[in-house]
Amino acid sequence: MKINVQMPKAIKLGIKIKNENHMIICGLSFLTVIIFITLLGPFIVPNDPLSANMSERLASPSVTYPLGTDHMGRCIFSRLVIGAQATLGITGLVVASVVMIGIPIGLVTGYIGGRIDSVIMRLVDGLLALPEFILAITIAGFLGPSLINLMISIVFVKWIGYTRVVRGIVILERNKDYVSAAKVSGSSNWKIIRRHLLPQIISPVLVLAALDIGKVILIISSLSYLGLGAQPPAPEWGAMLNDGRPYFQTVPELMIYPGLAIFFVVLSFNLIGEGLRDKLDVKRH
Amino acid sequence: MLFIIRKRLFQLFIVLLVLSIFTFTLMKLAPGDPVLTILNADEMLVTEEDQAKLRSDLGFDQPLYVQYGKWMLNLAQLDLGKSYMTGKPVWDELMERLQITIELTTFALFIMISIAIPLGVLAAINAGRWPDQVSRILALIGASIPNFWLGLILIYLFTFKLQILPSSGIGSYSHIILPAFTLGFTFAVVYARLLRAGLLQSMSEDFILAGRARGLKEWRILWIHAFRAAILPVITVFGLSIGSFLGGAVVVEILFSWPGLGSLAVEAIFNRDYPVIQGYVLLTGIFVVIVNLLVDLSYYVIDPRINRKEEAL
Repeated sequence: MKINVQMPKAIKLGIKIKNENHMIICGLSFLTVIIFITLLGPFIVPNDPLSANMSERLASPSVTYPLGTDHMGRCIFSRLVIGAQATLGITGLVVASVVMIGIPIGLVTGYIGGRIDSVIMRLVDGLLALPEFILAITIAGFLGPSLINLMISIVFVKWIGYTRVVRGIVILERNKDYVSAAKVSGSSNWKIIRRHLLPQIISPVLVLAALDIGKVILIISSLSYLGLGAQPPAPEWGAMLNDGRPYFQTVPELMIYPGLAIFFVVLSFNLIGEGLRDKLDVKRH
Repeated sequence: MLFIIRKRLFQLFIVLLVLSIFTFTLMKLAPGDPVLTILNADEMLVTEEDQAKLRSDLGFDQPLYVQYGKWMLNLAQLDLGKSYMTGKPVWDELMERLQITIELTTFALFIMISIAIPLGVLAAINAGRWPDQVSRILALIGASIPNFWLGLILIYLFTFKLQILPSSGIGSYSHIILPAFTLGFTFAVVYARLLRAGLLQSMSEDFILAGRARGLKEWRILWIHAFRAAILPVITVFGLSIGSFLGGAVVVEILFSWPGLGSLAVEAIFNRDYPVIQGYVLLTGIFVVIVNLLVDLSYYVIDPRINRKEEAL
Protein backbone atom coordinates (compact mmCIF):
# COMPACT_ATOMS: atom_id res chain seq x y z
CA MET A 1 0.00 0.00 0.00
CA LYS A 2 2.82 2.36 -0.68
CA ILE A 3 2.20 5.35 -2.85
CA ASN A 4 4.96 5.91 -5.32
CA VAL A 5 5.49 9.63 -5.43
CA GLN A 6 9.23 9.63 -5.77
CA MET A 7 9.01 9.06 -9.48
CA PRO A 8 11.91 10.77 -11.23
CA LYS A 9 10.84 14.15 -12.58
CA ALA A 10 11.97 13.51 -16.13
CA ILE A 11 9.97 10.31 -16.51
CA LYS A 12 6.89 11.90 -15.01
CA LEU A 13 7.18 14.84 -17.33
CA GLY A 14 7.74 12.58 -20.31
CA ILE A 15 4.56 10.62 -19.67
CA LYS A 16 2.62 13.80 -19.07
CA ILE A 17 3.62 15.55 -22.25
CA LYS A 18 2.89 12.45 -24.27
CA ASN A 19 -0.55 12.18 -22.69
CA GLU A 20 -1.48 15.78 -23.36
CA ASN A 21 -0.53 15.52 -26.99
CA HIS A 22 -2.38 12.25 -27.34
CA MET A 23 -5.51 13.79 -25.86
CA ILE A 24 -5.41 16.83 -28.10
CA ILE A 25 -4.67 14.79 -31.22
CA CYS A 26 -7.36 12.27 -30.37
CA GLY A 27 -9.91 15.01 -29.72
CA LEU A 28 -8.96 16.97 -32.82
CA SER A 29 -9.25 13.95 -35.08
CA PHE A 30 -12.70 13.07 -33.70
CA LEU A 31 -13.70 16.67 -34.15
CA THR A 32 -12.39 16.91 -37.71
CA VAL A 33 -14.47 13.91 -38.70
CA ILE A 34 -17.54 15.34 -36.98
CA ILE A 35 -17.15 18.79 -38.55
CA PHE A 36 -16.51 17.22 -41.94
CA ILE A 37 -19.73 15.20 -41.70
CA THR A 38 -21.64 18.23 -40.44
CA LEU A 39 -20.50 20.47 -43.27
CA LEU A 40 -21.07 17.83 -45.92
CA GLY A 41 -24.38 16.92 -44.27
CA PRO A 42 -26.82 18.22 -46.86
CA PHE A 43 -24.93 16.43 -49.65
CA ILE A 44 -24.49 13.04 -48.02
CA VAL A 45 -27.83 12.45 -46.32
CA PRO A 46 -29.82 9.82 -48.21
CA ASN A 47 -33.26 11.12 -47.17
CA ASP A 48 -35.06 14.27 -46.15
CA PRO A 49 -34.71 14.41 -42.33
CA LEU A 50 -38.21 15.86 -41.97
CA SER A 51 -40.21 13.73 -44.38
CA ALA A 52 -42.33 11.23 -42.51
CA ASN A 53 -43.29 7.95 -44.08
CA MET A 54 -45.77 6.16 -41.86
CA SER A 55 -45.63 2.90 -43.82
CA GLU A 56 -41.91 2.61 -43.02
CA ARG A 57 -42.05 3.51 -39.32
CA LEU A 58 -39.54 1.92 -36.94
CA ALA A 59 -37.93 0.06 -39.86
CA SER A 60 -34.64 -1.77 -39.37
CA PRO A 61 -31.49 -0.58 -41.14
CA SER A 62 -31.59 -1.02 -44.92
CA VAL A 63 -29.94 0.41 -48.02
CA THR A 64 -32.39 3.32 -48.15
CA TYR A 65 -32.28 3.92 -44.38
CA PRO A 66 -28.73 3.14 -43.15
CA LEU A 67 -29.72 3.29 -39.47
CA GLY A 68 -33.41 2.51 -39.84
CA THR A 69 -36.34 4.87 -39.26
CA ASP A 70 -37.95 6.44 -36.21
CA HIS A 71 -41.55 6.31 -34.99
CA MET A 72 -42.64 8.64 -37.80
CA GLY A 73 -40.81 6.75 -40.50
CA ARG A 74 -38.10 9.40 -40.77
CA CYS A 75 -34.55 8.40 -41.64
CA ILE A 76 -32.54 8.29 -38.39
CA PHE A 77 -29.20 8.69 -40.14
CA SER A 78 -30.30 11.80 -42.00
CA ARG A 79 -31.76 13.27 -38.83
CA LEU A 80 -28.53 12.62 -36.94
CA VAL A 81 -26.37 14.28 -39.59
CA ILE A 82 -28.62 17.31 -39.99
CA GLY A 83 -29.09 17.41 -36.21
CA ALA A 84 -25.33 17.89 -35.87
CA GLN A 85 -25.72 21.23 -37.62
CA ALA A 86 -28.34 22.31 -35.11
CA THR A 87 -26.39 21.17 -32.06
CA LEU A 88 -22.96 22.38 -33.17
CA GLY A 89 -24.30 25.58 -34.72
CA ILE A 90 -26.19 26.61 -31.59
CA THR A 91 -23.25 25.70 -29.40
CA GLY A 92 -20.83 27.68 -31.55
CA LEU A 93 -23.08 30.73 -31.50
CA VAL A 94 -23.63 30.47 -27.74
CA VAL A 95 -19.93 30.10 -26.91
CA ALA A 96 -18.97 32.92 -29.30
CA SER A 97 -21.52 35.29 -27.78
CA VAL A 98 -20.50 34.33 -24.27
CA VAL A 99 -16.85 35.09 -25.04
CA MET A 100 -17.74 38.37 -26.73
CA ILE A 101 -19.77 39.49 -23.73
CA GLY A 102 -17.69 38.02 -20.93
CA ILE A 103 -14.23 39.21 -21.98
CA PRO A 104 -14.93 42.96 -22.41
CA ILE A 105 -16.91 43.18 -19.16
CA GLY A 106 -14.21 41.29 -17.29
CA LEU A 107 -11.42 43.43 -18.78
CA VAL A 108 -13.15 46.70 -18.01
CA THR A 109 -14.46 45.90 -14.53
CA GLY A 110 -11.14 44.35 -13.53
CA TYR A 111 -9.11 47.27 -14.89
CA ILE A 112 -11.27 50.04 -13.47
CA GLY A 113 -11.93 48.27 -10.21
CA GLY A 114 -13.47 50.31 -7.44
CA ARG A 115 -17.13 50.59 -6.67
CA ILE A 116 -18.59 49.71 -10.06
CA ASP A 117 -16.54 46.55 -10.07
CA SER A 118 -17.63 45.45 -6.62
CA VAL A 119 -21.30 46.19 -7.27
CA ILE A 120 -21.26 44.20 -10.51
CA MET A 121 -19.45 41.33 -8.87
CA ARG A 122 -21.84 41.23 -5.90
CA LEU A 123 -24.79 41.02 -8.30
CA VAL A 124 -23.04 38.33 -10.28
CA ASP A 125 -22.31 36.37 -7.11
CA GLY A 126 -25.97 36.53 -6.24
CA LEU A 127 -26.89 35.00 -9.56
CA LEU A 128 -24.09 32.45 -9.35
CA ALA A 129 -25.61 31.01 -6.18
CA LEU A 130 -28.17 29.56 -8.52
CA PRO A 131 -26.99 26.47 -10.37
CA GLU A 132 -26.45 27.37 -14.02
CA PHE A 133 -28.68 24.59 -15.25
CA ILE A 134 -31.51 25.70 -12.98
CA LEU A 135 -30.97 29.32 -14.00
CA ALA A 136 -31.15 28.24 -17.64
CA ILE A 137 -34.36 26.23 -17.23
CA THR A 138 -35.90 29.09 -15.26
CA ILE A 139 -35.17 31.64 -17.98
CA ALA A 140 -36.14 29.25 -20.75
CA GLY A 141 -39.27 28.49 -18.75
CA PHE A 142 -40.28 32.10 -18.22
CA LEU A 143 -39.57 33.06 -21.82
CA GLY A 144 -41.33 29.99 -23.18
CA PRO A 145 -39.87 26.90 -24.80
CA SER A 146 -38.03 27.61 -28.06
CA LEU A 147 -34.55 27.30 -29.48
CA ILE A 148 -33.88 31.05 -29.42
CA ASN A 149 -34.95 31.35 -25.78
CA LEU A 150 -32.78 28.39 -24.95
CA MET A 151 -29.78 30.16 -26.50
CA ILE A 152 -30.56 33.41 -24.69
CA SER A 153 -30.81 31.63 -21.38
CA ILE A 154 -27.51 29.77 -21.78
CA VAL A 155 -25.66 32.91 -22.85
CA PHE A 156 -27.13 34.75 -19.89
CA VAL A 157 -25.89 32.05 -17.55
CA LYS A 158 -22.49 31.43 -19.07
CA TRP A 159 -20.94 34.89 -19.58
CA ILE A 160 -20.57 35.25 -15.82
CA GLY A 161 -17.87 32.57 -15.65
CA TYR A 162 -15.77 34.28 -18.33
CA THR A 163 -16.12 37.67 -16.73
CA ARG A 164 -14.90 36.29 -13.43
CA VAL A 165 -11.89 34.54 -14.91
CA VAL A 166 -10.86 37.54 -17.02
CA ARG A 167 -11.40 39.95 -14.16
CA GLY A 168 -9.33 37.79 -11.82
CA ILE A 169 -6.38 37.77 -14.21
CA VAL A 170 -6.64 41.50 -14.92
CA ILE A 171 -6.66 42.31 -11.20
CA LEU A 172 -3.51 40.21 -10.75
CA GLU A 173 -1.76 41.79 -13.71
CA ARG A 174 -2.77 45.43 -13.54
CA ASN A 175 -0.43 46.29 -10.67
CA LYS A 176 2.59 44.60 -12.20
CA ASP A 177 5.59 46.63 -13.28
CA TYR A 178 5.12 46.23 -16.99
CA VAL A 179 1.67 47.81 -16.79
CA SER A 180 3.01 50.69 -14.72
CA ALA A 181 5.83 51.09 -17.20
CA ALA A 182 3.35 51.29 -20.04
CA LYS A 183 1.33 53.86 -18.12
CA VAL A 184 4.39 55.99 -17.38
CA SER A 185 5.46 55.90 -21.00
CA GLY A 186 2.13 57.38 -21.91
CA SER A 187 0.02 54.48 -23.14
CA SER A 188 -3.68 55.09 -22.97
CA ASN A 189 -5.87 52.81 -20.85
CA TRP A 190 -7.35 51.42 -24.02
CA LYS A 191 -3.92 50.55 -25.36
CA ILE A 192 -2.87 48.93 -22.09
CA ILE A 193 -5.96 46.75 -22.09
CA ARG A 194 -5.56 45.81 -25.73
CA ARG A 195 -1.80 45.37 -26.00
CA HIS A 196 -0.82 44.16 -22.54
CA LEU A 197 -3.79 42.68 -20.73
CA LEU A 198 -5.68 41.01 -23.57
CA PRO A 199 -2.80 38.65 -24.49
CA GLN A 200 -2.65 37.45 -20.86
CA ILE A 201 -6.20 36.15 -20.91
CA ILE A 202 -6.13 34.33 -24.21
CA SER A 203 -4.94 30.92 -23.08
CA PRO A 204 -7.15 30.68 -19.97
CA VAL A 205 -10.18 31.76 -22.01
CA LEU A 206 -9.30 29.29 -24.75
CA VAL A 207 -9.13 26.42 -22.27
CA LEU A 208 -12.30 27.55 -20.53
CA ALA A 209 -14.10 27.76 -23.86
CA ALA A 210 -12.93 24.34 -25.01
CA LEU A 211 -14.10 22.75 -21.76
CA ASP A 212 -17.30 24.77 -21.84
CA ILE A 213 -18.33 23.70 -25.33
CA GLY A 214 -18.86 20.20 -24.01
CA LYS A 215 -20.90 21.49 -21.09
CA VAL A 216 -22.97 23.73 -23.35
CA ILE A 217 -23.77 20.79 -25.62
CA LEU A 218 -24.86 18.80 -22.58
CA ILE A 219 -27.05 21.66 -21.30
CA ILE A 220 -28.63 22.17 -24.73
CA SER A 221 -29.42 18.50 -25.13
CA SER A 222 -30.73 18.21 -21.56
CA LEU A 223 -33.00 21.22 -22.04
CA SER A 224 -34.17 19.88 -25.40
CA TYR A 225 -34.78 16.53 -23.74
CA LEU A 226 -36.98 18.27 -21.16
CA GLY A 227 -38.85 19.87 -24.07
CA LEU A 228 -37.52 23.38 -23.43
CA GLY A 229 -35.24 23.57 -26.45
CA ALA A 230 -35.62 22.54 -30.06
CA GLN A 231 -39.27 21.88 -30.84
CA PRO A 232 -40.40 18.91 -32.93
CA PRO A 233 -40.03 18.06 -35.74
CA ALA A 234 -36.62 19.82 -35.82
CA PRO A 235 -33.84 17.23 -35.77
CA GLU A 236 -31.81 18.06 -32.67
CA TRP A 237 -30.08 15.29 -30.72
CA GLY A 238 -31.66 16.00 -27.34
CA ALA A 239 -35.09 16.40 -28.92
CA MET A 240 -34.58 13.15 -30.85
CA LEU A 241 -33.94 11.36 -27.56
CA ASN A 242 -37.12 12.87 -26.18
CA ASP A 243 -39.09 11.80 -29.28
CA GLY A 244 -37.79 8.25 -29.12
CA ARG A 245 -38.47 7.79 -25.43
CA PRO A 246 -41.85 5.97 -25.73
CA TYR A 247 -40.43 3.44 -28.21
CA PHE A 248 -37.09 2.69 -26.74
CA GLN A 249 -38.13 -0.53 -25.06
CA THR A 250 -38.72 -2.10 -28.47
CA VAL A 251 -36.37 0.01 -30.59
CA PRO A 252 -33.46 1.06 -28.36
CA GLU A 253 -31.58 2.34 -31.43
CA LEU A 254 -33.80 5.43 -31.34
CA MET A 255 -32.00 6.58 -28.20
CA ILE A 256 -28.67 4.90 -28.64
CA TYR A 257 -27.59 6.79 -31.77
CA PRO A 258 -28.37 10.37 -30.72
CA GLY A 259 -26.89 9.68 -27.29
CA LEU A 260 -23.70 8.31 -28.79
CA ALA A 261 -23.50 11.33 -31.08
CA ILE A 262 -23.73 13.71 -28.12
CA PHE A 263 -21.24 11.62 -26.17
CA PHE A 264 -18.59 11.61 -28.89
CA VAL A 265 -18.84 15.31 -29.65
CA VAL A 266 -18.61 16.23 -25.97
CA LEU A 267 -15.80 13.74 -25.48
CA SER A 268 -13.72 15.22 -28.28
CA PHE A 269 -14.09 18.74 -26.90
CA ASN A 270 -13.25 17.51 -23.41
CA LEU A 271 -10.12 15.78 -24.71
CA ILE A 272 -9.01 18.97 -26.44
CA GLY A 273 -9.90 21.13 -23.45
CA GLU A 274 -8.12 19.00 -20.87
CA GLY A 275 -5.14 18.48 -23.13
CA LEU A 276 -4.85 22.23 -23.65
CA ARG A 277 -5.25 22.93 -19.96
CA ASP A 278 -2.34 20.67 -19.05
CA LYS A 279 -0.26 21.89 -21.94
CA LEU A 280 -0.78 25.59 -21.36
CA ASP A 281 -0.62 24.96 -17.61
CA VAL A 282 -3.77 26.87 -16.83
CA LYS A 283 -5.12 26.47 -13.32
CA ARG A 284 -8.72 25.44 -12.74
CA HIS A 285 -10.91 28.37 -11.89
CA MET B 1 -15.08 30.88 12.23
CA LEU B 2 -17.56 33.57 13.23
CA PHE B 3 -16.20 35.70 10.44
CA ILE B 4 -17.04 33.03 7.91
CA ILE B 5 -20.57 32.64 9.25
CA ARG B 6 -21.13 36.38 9.15
CA LYS B 7 -19.75 36.60 5.62
CA ARG B 8 -21.99 33.79 4.41
CA LEU B 9 -25.09 35.21 6.10
CA PHE B 10 -24.45 38.51 4.35
CA GLN B 11 -24.02 36.59 1.11
CA LEU B 12 -27.29 34.78 1.75
CA PHE B 13 -29.00 38.13 2.08
CA ILE B 14 -27.51 39.42 -1.20
CA VAL B 15 -28.38 36.19 -2.97
CA LEU B 16 -31.99 36.37 -1.82
CA LEU B 17 -32.22 39.99 -2.86
CA VAL B 18 -30.75 39.39 -6.33
CA LEU B 19 -32.79 36.25 -6.91
CA SER B 20 -36.01 37.88 -5.76
CA ILE B 21 -35.49 40.84 -8.10
CA PHE B 22 -34.44 38.47 -10.86
CA THR B 23 -37.46 36.18 -10.63
CA PHE B 24 -39.80 39.09 -10.08
CA THR B 25 -38.50 40.78 -13.24
CA LEU B 26 -38.71 37.58 -15.24
CA MET B 27 -42.24 37.03 -14.09
CA LYS B 28 -43.23 40.47 -15.31
CA LEU B 29 -41.36 40.02 -18.60
CA ALA B 30 -42.85 36.62 -19.29
CA PRO B 31 -45.17 36.42 -22.25
CA GLY B 32 -48.75 35.39 -21.67
CA ASP B 33 -51.16 36.68 -19.09
CA PRO B 34 -51.26 34.59 -15.89
CA VAL B 35 -54.81 35.81 -15.26
CA LEU B 36 -55.96 34.19 -18.48
CA THR B 37 -53.98 31.05 -17.64
CA ILE B 38 -55.63 30.69 -14.24
CA LEU B 39 -59.07 31.25 -15.72
CA ASN B 40 -58.24 28.69 -18.39
CA ALA B 41 -59.26 31.15 -21.11
CA ASP B 42 -58.33 28.77 -23.91
CA GLU B 43 -61.18 26.47 -23.08
CA MET B 44 -63.67 28.57 -21.17
CA LEU B 45 -65.52 31.77 -21.84
CA VAL B 46 -64.03 34.49 -19.66
CA THR B 47 -65.76 37.80 -19.11
CA GLU B 48 -63.97 41.12 -18.65
CA GLU B 49 -65.38 41.35 -15.13
CA ASP B 50 -63.98 37.99 -14.10
CA GLN B 51 -60.60 39.07 -15.38
CA ALA B 52 -60.66 42.42 -13.61
CA LYS B 53 -61.74 40.82 -10.36
CA LEU B 54 -59.00 38.21 -10.38
CA ARG B 55 -56.48 40.86 -11.41
CA SER B 56 -57.27 42.97 -8.38
CA ASP B 57 -57.46 39.90 -6.14
CA LEU B 58 -53.93 39.01 -7.17
CA GLY B 59 -52.82 42.64 -6.86
CA PHE B 60 -51.74 42.85 -10.49
CA ASP B 61 -53.44 46.23 -10.94
CA GLN B 62 -51.00 47.97 -8.58
CA PRO B 63 -47.69 49.59 -9.57
CA LEU B 64 -44.73 47.22 -9.87
CA TYR B 65 -42.79 48.46 -6.83
CA VAL B 66 -45.89 48.01 -4.65
CA GLN B 67 -46.27 44.48 -5.96
CA TYR B 68 -42.60 43.76 -5.29
CA GLY B 69 -42.78 45.27 -1.79
CA LYS B 70 -45.83 43.22 -0.90
CA TRP B 71 -44.26 40.14 -2.33
CA MET B 72 -41.09 40.68 -0.24
CA LEU B 73 -43.12 41.29 2.92
CA ASN B 74 -44.94 38.03 2.38
CA LEU B 75 -41.68 36.29 1.59
CA ALA B 76 -40.29 37.36 4.95
CA GLN B 77 -43.15 35.39 6.52
CA LEU B 78 -42.39 32.39 4.31
CA ASP B 79 -45.50 33.13 2.32
CA LEU B 80 -44.61 32.61 -1.33
CA GLY B 81 -48.14 32.96 -2.59
CA LYS B 82 -50.40 30.28 -3.95
CA SER B 83 -49.86 28.01 -6.89
CA TYR B 84 -51.87 29.09 -9.93
CA MET B 85 -52.57 25.46 -10.71
CA THR B 86 -53.49 23.77 -7.45
CA GLY B 87 -54.33 26.81 -5.34
CA LYS B 88 -52.25 25.39 -2.50
CA PRO B 89 -49.65 27.57 -0.75
CA VAL B 90 -46.35 27.36 -2.67
CA TRP B 91 -44.35 26.92 0.53
CA ASP B 92 -46.31 23.80 1.53
CA GLU B 93 -45.94 22.32 -1.90
CA LEU B 94 -42.20 22.96 -1.97
CA MET B 95 -41.72 21.38 1.45
CA GLU B 96 -43.73 18.33 0.45
CA ARG B 97 -41.58 17.79 -2.66
CA LEU B 98 -38.33 18.74 -0.91
CA GLN B 99 -38.49 15.63 1.25
CA ILE B 100 -38.74 13.40 -1.79
CA THR B 101 -35.82 15.15 -3.48
CA ILE B 102 -33.71 14.92 -0.33
CA GLU B 103 -34.30 11.18 -0.28
CA LEU B 104 -32.96 10.90 -3.83
CA THR B 105 -29.98 13.21 -3.39
CA THR B 106 -28.90 11.64 -0.10
CA PHE B 107 -28.87 8.23 -1.69
CA ALA B 108 -27.07 9.61 -4.75
CA LEU B 109 -24.45 11.18 -2.48
CA PHE B 110 -24.02 7.87 -0.72
CA ILE B 111 -23.47 6.10 -4.05
CA MET B 112 -21.15 8.87 -5.16
CA ILE B 113 -18.98 8.56 -2.06
CA SER B 114 -18.86 4.79 -2.23
CA ILE B 115 -17.59 4.97 -5.81
CA ALA B 116 -15.34 8.03 -5.53
CA ILE B 117 -13.31 7.07 -2.45
CA PRO B 118 -12.23 3.54 -3.42
CA LEU B 119 -11.62 4.59 -7.02
CA GLY B 120 -9.61 7.66 -6.04
CA VAL B 121 -7.50 5.79 -3.49
CA LEU B 122 -6.86 2.90 -5.89
CA ALA B 123 -5.81 5.33 -8.61
CA ALA B 124 -3.47 7.15 -6.24
CA ILE B 125 -1.85 3.97 -4.89
CA ASN B 126 -1.34 2.75 -8.44
CA ALA B 127 -0.47 6.12 -9.99
CA GLY B 128 0.57 5.60 -13.60
CA ARG B 129 -0.55 1.97 -13.69
CA TRP B 130 -3.77 0.47 -15.06
CA PRO B 131 -6.18 1.29 -12.19
CA ASP B 132 -5.11 4.91 -12.63
CA GLN B 133 -5.77 4.74 -16.36
CA VAL B 134 -9.18 3.15 -15.78
CA SER B 135 -10.20 5.90 -13.39
CA ARG B 136 -8.94 8.48 -15.87
CA ILE B 137 -11.03 7.01 -18.68
CA LEU B 138 -14.08 6.73 -16.40
CA ALA B 139 -13.69 10.40 -15.50
CA LEU B 140 -13.58 11.39 -19.16
CA ILE B 141 -16.68 9.32 -19.83
CA GLY B 142 -18.41 10.78 -16.79
CA ALA B 143 -17.69 14.33 -17.97
CA SER B 144 -18.88 13.61 -21.52
CA ILE B 145 -22.01 11.49 -21.06
CA PRO B 146 -25.40 13.21 -20.84
CA ASN B 147 -26.73 11.94 -17.52
CA PHE B 148 -30.24 11.46 -18.85
CA TRP B 149 -28.81 9.21 -21.55
CA LEU B 150 -26.91 7.19 -18.96
CA GLY B 151 -30.24 6.87 -17.16
CA LEU B 152 -32.01 5.72 -20.33
CA ILE B 153 -29.38 3.04 -20.90
CA LEU B 154 -29.66 1.87 -17.29
CA ILE B 155 -33.44 1.68 -17.64
CA TYR B 156 -33.05 -0.34 -20.81
CA LEU B 157 -30.63 -2.76 -19.20
CA PHE B 158 -32.10 -3.19 -15.74
CA THR B 159 -35.79 -2.65 -16.37
CA PHE B 160 -36.39 -4.07 -19.82
CA LYS B 161 -33.63 -6.62 -20.31
CA LEU B 162 -32.88 -7.97 -16.84
CA GLN B 163 -36.20 -6.89 -15.35
CA ILE B 164 -34.79 -6.51 -11.87
CA LEU B 165 -35.30 -2.80 -11.13
CA PRO B 166 -38.31 -0.52 -11.68
CA SER B 167 -37.80 2.47 -13.98
CA SER B 168 -40.17 4.93 -12.35
CA GLY B 169 -42.07 5.86 -9.26
CA ILE B 170 -41.14 5.84 -5.60
CA GLY B 171 -41.78 3.55 -2.69
CA SER B 172 -39.13 0.95 -2.07
CA TYR B 173 -35.36 0.92 -2.12
CA SER B 174 -35.37 -0.75 -5.50
CA HIS B 175 -36.99 2.39 -6.92
CA ILE B 176 -34.20 4.61 -5.74
CA ILE B 177 -31.21 2.65 -7.06
CA LEU B 178 -31.32 3.60 -10.75
CA PRO B 179 -32.01 7.34 -10.33
CA ALA B 180 -29.48 7.68 -7.53
CA PHE B 181 -26.81 5.85 -9.50
CA THR B 182 -27.52 7.96 -12.60
CA LEU B 183 -27.14 11.13 -10.58
CA GLY B 184 -24.17 9.97 -8.53
CA PHE B 185 -22.00 8.29 -11.15
CA THR B 186 -21.00 11.28 -13.29
CA PHE B 187 -19.93 13.18 -10.19
CA ALA B 188 -18.25 10.21 -8.53
CA VAL B 189 -15.73 9.58 -11.30
CA VAL B 190 -14.73 13.25 -11.41
CA TYR B 191 -14.30 13.42 -7.64
CA ALA B 192 -12.22 10.25 -7.73
CA ARG B 193 -9.71 12.13 -9.92
CA LEU B 194 -9.66 15.06 -7.52
CA LEU B 195 -9.12 12.74 -4.58
CA ARG B 196 -6.28 11.03 -6.44
CA ALA B 197 -4.57 14.36 -7.15
CA GLY B 198 -5.04 15.44 -3.53
CA LEU B 199 -3.66 12.16 -2.18
CA LEU B 200 -0.60 12.28 -4.41
CA GLN B 201 0.10 15.81 -3.25
CA SER B 202 -0.45 15.20 0.45
CA MET B 203 1.64 12.01 0.38
CA SER B 204 4.64 14.08 -0.62
CA GLU B 205 4.29 16.48 2.28
CA ASP B 206 6.49 16.64 5.35
CA PHE B 207 3.93 15.41 7.85
CA ILE B 208 3.75 12.12 5.95
CA LEU B 209 7.52 11.79 6.10
CA ALA B 210 7.31 12.54 9.80
CA GLY B 211 4.69 9.84 10.17
CA ARG B 212 6.85 7.35 8.36
CA ALA B 213 9.83 8.32 10.52
CA ARG B 214 7.76 7.64 13.63
CA GLY B 215 7.10 4.20 12.20
CA LEU B 216 3.36 4.54 11.60
CA LYS B 217 1.77 1.76 9.61
CA GLU B 218 1.40 2.57 5.93
CA TRP B 219 -2.43 2.15 5.94
CA ARG B 220 -2.67 4.57 8.84
CA ILE B 221 -0.61 7.14 6.99
CA LEU B 222 -2.76 6.77 3.90
CA TRP B 223 -6.24 6.57 5.34
CA ILE B 224 -5.90 8.89 8.29
CA HIS B 225 -3.19 11.44 7.62
CA ALA B 226 -2.97 11.78 3.86
CA PHE B 227 -6.69 11.23 3.31
CA ARG B 228 -7.65 13.97 5.73
CA ALA B 229 -5.61 16.53 3.83
CA ALA B 230 -6.64 15.20 0.42
CA ILE B 231 -10.38 15.32 1.07
CA LEU B 232 -10.42 19.13 1.45
CA PRO B 233 -10.20 20.05 -2.24
CA VAL B 234 -12.82 17.40 -2.96
CA ILE B 235 -15.20 18.97 -0.46
CA THR B 236 -14.50 22.44 -1.84
CA VAL B 237 -15.32 21.37 -5.37
CA PHE B 238 -18.38 19.55 -4.10
CA GLY B 239 -19.59 22.77 -2.47
CA LEU B 240 -19.01 24.64 -5.73
CA SER B 241 -20.78 22.01 -7.78
CA ILE B 242 -23.74 21.34 -5.47
CA GLY B 243 -25.59 23.47 -7.98
CA SER B 244 -24.84 21.14 -10.89
CA PHE B 245 -25.86 18.30 -8.63
CA LEU B 246 -29.27 19.88 -8.07
CA GLY B 247 -29.49 20.68 -11.79
CA GLY B 248 -28.74 17.06 -12.61
CA ALA B 249 -31.41 16.05 -10.13
CA VAL B 250 -34.02 17.93 -12.20
CA VAL B 251 -33.29 15.88 -15.32
CA VAL B 252 -33.01 12.63 -13.38
CA GLU B 253 -36.32 13.28 -11.61
CA ILE B 254 -38.07 13.85 -14.91
CA LEU B 255 -36.46 10.78 -16.44
CA PHE B 256 -37.46 8.45 -13.61
CA SER B 257 -40.80 10.16 -12.84
CA TRP B 258 -39.49 10.98 -9.38
CA PRO B 259 -42.03 13.40 -7.87
CA GLY B 260 -39.51 15.73 -6.24
CA LEU B 261 -38.70 19.43 -6.44
CA GLY B 262 -37.22 19.16 -9.94
CA SER B 263 -40.36 17.58 -11.35
CA LEU B 264 -42.42 20.24 -9.60
CA ALA B 265 -40.29 22.97 -11.19
CA VAL B 266 -40.55 21.54 -14.70
CA GLU B 267 -44.31 21.02 -14.36
CA ALA B 268 -44.59 24.61 -13.15
CA ILE B 269 -42.56 25.84 -16.13
CA PHE B 270 -44.86 24.13 -18.60
CA ASN B 271 -47.96 25.34 -16.75
CA ARG B 272 -46.61 28.91 -16.43
CA ASP B 273 -47.15 28.55 -12.70
CA TYR B 274 -44.88 31.48 -11.84
CA PRO B 275 -45.21 31.55 -8.03
CA VAL B 276 -44.02 27.94 -7.91
CA ILE B 277 -41.04 28.64 -10.20
CA GLN B 278 -40.12 31.63 -8.06
CA GLY B 279 -40.36 29.59 -4.89
CA TYR B 280 -38.21 26.86 -6.39
CA VAL B 281 -35.54 29.31 -7.53
CA LEU B 282 -35.36 31.00 -4.13
CA LEU B 283 -35.28 27.72 -2.23
CA THR B 284 -32.47 26.38 -4.42
CA GLY B 285 -30.47 29.59 -3.97
CA ILE B 286 -30.79 29.42 -0.19
CA PHE B 287 -29.86 25.77 -0.21
CA VAL B 288 -26.70 26.36 -2.26
CA VAL B 289 -25.51 29.15 0.05
CA ILE B 290 -26.17 27.06 3.15
CA VAL B 291 -24.29 24.08 1.75
CA ASN B 292 -21.35 26.34 1.01
CA LEU B 293 -21.46 27.66 4.56
CA LEU B 294 -21.29 24.08 5.83
CA VAL B 295 -18.40 23.38 3.45
CA ASP B 296 -16.50 26.37 4.81
CA LEU B 297 -17.12 25.25 8.36
CA SER B 298 -16.05 21.69 7.61
CA TYR B 299 -12.55 22.97 6.82
CA TYR B 300 -12.06 23.82 10.47
CA VAL B 301 -13.06 20.38 11.58
CA ILE B 302 -11.03 18.51 8.97
CA ASP B 303 -7.88 20.61 8.80
CA PRO B 304 -6.83 22.08 12.15
CA ARG B 305 -4.01 23.94 10.39
CA ILE B 306 -6.53 26.49 9.11
CA ASN B 307 -7.58 27.55 12.60
CA ARG B 308 -3.97 27.93 13.67
CA LYS B 309 -3.19 30.05 10.65
CA GLU B 310 -6.06 32.33 11.47
CA GLU B 311 -4.98 32.64 15.10
CA ALA B 312 -1.49 33.51 13.97
CA LEU B 313 -2.79 36.39 11.87
